[in-house]
Amino acid sequence: MAQSSRPATMPIQLRYLAHARSGDKGDTANVGLIALDPEWYPLLVREVTRARVARHFRGMVSGVERFELPNLSALNFLLHGALDGGGTMSLKTDAQGKVYSTALLRMEIPVPVRLARRLRPSR
Amino acid sequence: MTAHRARRSGAEKVVRVAAGQGFWGDWLEAPVHQVQDGPIDYLMMDYLAEVTMSIMQKQKSRDARMGYARDFPPLMERILPDIVARGIRVTSNAGGVNPRGCADAVLEAARRLGLAGKVTVGLVSGDDILDRLDDLLARGHELRDMDTGRPLADIRDKVLSANAYIGMAPIVEALAGGANVVVTGRVTDTGLTLGPLVHEFGWDADDWDRIAAGTIAGHIIECGAQASGGNLLRDWRSVKGLANPGFPIVEAKADGSFIVTKHPGTGGVVSVPSVTEQLVYEMGDPHAYITPDGIADFTSIQLAPAGTNRVRVDGIRGGPRTPLLKVSIAYFYGYKAIGTLVYSWPEAFDKARAADRILRERLEALGLEFDQILTEYVGANATHGRLAGAPDPEAPEVQLRVGVRSRDKAAVERFTREIAPLVLTGPPSVTGFAGGRPAVEEIVAYWPALIDRREIEPHVRVELLTA
Repeated sequence: MAQSSRPATMPIQLRYLAHARSGDKGDTANVGLIALDPEWYPLLVREVTRARVARHFRGMVSGVERFELPNLSALNFLLHGALDGGGTMSLKTDAQGKVYSTALLRMEIPVPVRLARRLRPSR
Repeated sequence: MTAHRARRSGAEKVVRVAAGQGFWGDWLEAPVHQVQDGPIDYLMMDYLAEVTMSIMQKQKSRDARMGYARDFPPLMERILPDIVARGIRVTSNAGGVNPRGCADAVLEAARRLGLAGKVTVGLVSGDDILDRLDDLLARGHELRDMDTGRPLADIRDKVLSANAYIGMAPIVEALAGGANVVVTGRVTDTGLTLGPLVHEFGWDADDWDRIAAGTIAGHIIECGAQASGGNLLRDWRSVKGLANPGFPIVEAKADGSFIVTKHPGTGGVVSVPSVTEQLVYEMGDPHAYITPDGIADFTSIQLAPAGTNRVRVDGIRGGPRTPLLKVSIAYFYGYKAIGTLVYSWPEAFDKARAADRILRERLEALGLEFDQILTEYVGANATHGRLAGAPDPEAPEVQLRVGVRSRDKAAVERFTREIAPLVLTGPPSVTGFAGGRPAVEEIVAYWPALIDRREIEPHVRVELLTA
């Protein structure tokens, strides 16, 4: 197996690779994560896994589901139990999950060094 | 025949459905611009969110003439002359829990404008099942909460409103009957767009791909400018002219393909990213976007740029509708209040946190019962929680925001009197209490359920009322 031939990677925040919008259904927030360049969609599929997103939001959500939309270069995440009851029950500022999208964009994923340097030249 | 209608006759027929309102409270100038700034055939105005029906029910219980989107009749009064002159037709769920009251107000407006005989309102009713609940329960419909599985009987005495989501069929019927304004209650957001397309193109109700296409067209424009540059995260600084945002317009063809665009000369942007962000908004399982009219598969949607502020949408696939309709039930839960104070640099966050501890000690000493006390620090981590990292000790200010929820009104009222005292009895550098005591709010909670569509559809009525 040619595992060693994989290029070196460095972590980079999703904000440099994707844009996002979120909404709510009851106590579930959804985050649609859309690749800024369709070429990066496979990278999102590989690295932004259900398990990693669940770890990113640990303590903030009770469960995560992931759906793939290759036609839109997008992933859709359902974050269950994310809204403190949701709707009118929730006491949260973001009771309708409108900005959960930006909280996902904080997540870091490993990307090839060359791409990371192109996206964030300062690093 | 007006100019834009004549344009259709040569080539393939195109039907333009324009979004006028994306929710109750949206920008009031939008529908006026949609009607005046360029050609459209239909203006659709969506007013209903999950909690809106219960707010309307509360207003109706205080005044039987209320219970609908009160913005709608005055808006119609502004645009009716143009709508009549240009042959534009309006579809709206502004009727809420009192579509008849809403329709009457529109008819009155038409008469005031001297448009008697020229305005026919199609009044759609039958979605409201509040008066039928006990009968339905008695006949074995449990109306279990889709999320928790609890039967409705648990909260029956607290129910404030109950409405089934109905689809496009009554809108098509009203348009076929000659209505130029269709006023409904809880018709789906997407049905307001799909109805006109089914009427114009004669799509069969079981032509699932086209039904899905019209549904997705509706989804794209139902939140107004959120598809045309508003709330657009990608390259947000590059979105120009949002002082006059062009609300989205669908230009649909008989094969189910359509263009999303906006009027020339307006602000905002219609692009593949702007449409994509709206498509994923409030998305569940993308393979199955379920509506009363059919199931749309969002993984089939193909988007392509088609010129400046034009995006082509096609390839949409759909599946058969289900035998069930969703029911939106609102019930009284209890009370809540949210108090805020602002603490300034230096060490703003630490001061706010110290105040929260003092407040909680006092609430506990008073023996007040709350379901929940939630503290957030706005400016530090209110929206991102621990993901925001350690609070900045140099932050210029932090807002302490404490919310409580309880079935006990007295407890919540007492809480609202515990915020101001912190100004003189707590940590220093505190301000921002000019607004006075926080309000005690009633919590109207949401109970989604399912019901056999055969219990609803025979009750749906369309009446044609001419001014």
